[in-house]
Amino acid sequence: MSRRLPEVGGVYIQMEDELASLVVVIGASQAGAKAMTATSGPGFSLMMEQLGLAIMTETPCVLVNVMRGGPSTGQPTKASQGDVMQAKWGAHGDYEIIALAPSSPQEFFDYTIEAFNLSETYRVPVIVLADERVAHMREKVVIPPEDEIKVVSRKKPSVPPEEYLPYGSEELIPPMACLGEGYRVHITGLTHNEKGYPDMSGDVHSKLIWRICNKIRSNAEKIWRYKVIGSERPEATIVVYGSAYRSAIRAFKEARREGLSVALLKIETVWPFPEKPLLDLSETSKGFIVVEMNTGQILREVQRVAGSSRVEFVSQLGGDLPDPRGILTKIRRVLDHA
Amino acid sequence: MSRAEVVIAGFGGQGIMLAGYILGYAATIYDRKNAVQMESYGPEARGGAAKTELIISTEEIDYPIVEEPDILVVMSQEAYTRYHSKVKSNGTLIIDEDLVDLTPPPPPGVSVYKVPATRIAEALGRRIVANMVMLGALCAITKVVSPKAMEEAIKSRVPKGTEELNIKAFRAGYDFAIRLMRGEVD
Repeated sequence: MSRRLPEVGGVYIQMEDELASLVVVIGASQAGAKAMTATSGPGFSLMMEQLGLAIMTETPCVLVNVMRGGPSTGQPTKASQGDVMQAKWGAHGDYEIIALAPSSPQEFFDYTIEAFNLSETYRVPVIVLADERVAHMREKVVIPPEDEIKVVSRKKPSVPPEEYLPYGSEELIPPMACLGEGYRVHITGLTHNEKGYPDMSGDVHSKLIWRICNKIRSNAEKIWRYKVIGSERPEATIVVYGSAYRSAIRAFKEARREGLSVALLKIETVWPFPEKPLLDLSETSKGFIVVEMNTGQILREVQRVAGSSRVEFVSQLGGDLPDPRGILTKIRRVLDHA
Repeated sequence: MSRAEVVIAGFGGQGIMLAGYILGYAATIYDRKNAVQMESYGPEARGGAAKTELIISTEEIDYPIVEEPDILVVMSQEAYTRYHSKVKSNGTLIIDEDLVDLTPPPPPGVSVYKVPATRIAEALGRRIVANMVMLGALCAITKVVSPKAMEEAIKSRVPKGTEELNIKAFRAGYDFAIRLMRGEVD
């Protein structure tokens, strides 16, 4: 990107650290640019404070996190999916976030564009939650012609500058004037009123926080991306996201070859978590097999949503993709108990 | 062959990664197949060892990890020691015969091809193109990618100004392997 961006009219800045990187991204976005940064492991932890600032100031931006083994320095250059809950809860305070998990270089490309579109639509930082396996994977990528790529930009105020209140809109997602466009703009991480000025009163805080949560929650069905592959009324369903999908789809194909009644739910937006397909599948599925490269993070979401269903877990730690044979064993276990 | 698993291994500086990249590039861009290349870093990439894994397929590739290589190309003794036992029993092993001694022997059923890649490259003036000689041999022996696709990929992926030398090396490796298979050389 450092080489390519200047060639296409973009700007690439090497900052001194992760904190500064995300702060500069926020500033660039507030000045009207589309901006992103990328990191891995401890760098993501370092960015949590600035992530909170982007959420609170409702600044559209994209953050790529290539998950590796942690905590701390952990396993640089090895894969994990250990930051899924951090992506959701890593900054302090209440908020909602959007995170997309690619399983191939093609999806990495497509989801990064989608991440920008979602961030501009909902005025929220969007995380591309990748992992080392997909980041070090080389594969065919089809780049469509520029005019075929859907590009969404933030909604601008329709009122003249003298009538503009940065957060005065009754809409869940306020139109956004950028610095230098002639509008009065005040940006702060403090709880703020409709003018954008600090206001510590309880009702202002409550209204602000519910709005930044509800703009995602009430639009969750529009944001969700997922695919259900396989039987319409499966007895067992694999739940997977990110590069672990590449193992799960192999296990799924093997299971189908054996004549097993199995489906695969590929989650593409891990946040907000797509509850509906899981609820639908839990009507027929005797159980779920959750596959993750961690000790059980989306597992908790599945248990929360699928309630009384049997939930088996395939955990892969250490840096490799899960072994498809281990997934197949768990599929058989769910079906044997059906 | 609908799914071919390829491992190319040697030591750092031989252009192992580039060889894998060019092979995958030829397969996807010019032969319109699918290919996935995984690069591993970490302990196995240090201490001079280099390895790249590729899967080439006419179908969509699900699991991107090489389980049992159909094709193993080795350009160092260490790489041979580490990977020789993993080749599929009817698989193909291609070695740089000046750099690799076949002890312990490869698994039974494996077809072995000895190519003096570094020597051929040196005769062309630059030992650095031994990787292209190996790609030529791999192409002729396994037919996993067409020679036309390989040449197009080499031309577009090697450093500017070195295209001719790299193509020459590729063709030298290709021709050697053809003669080897006909029994004209040993």
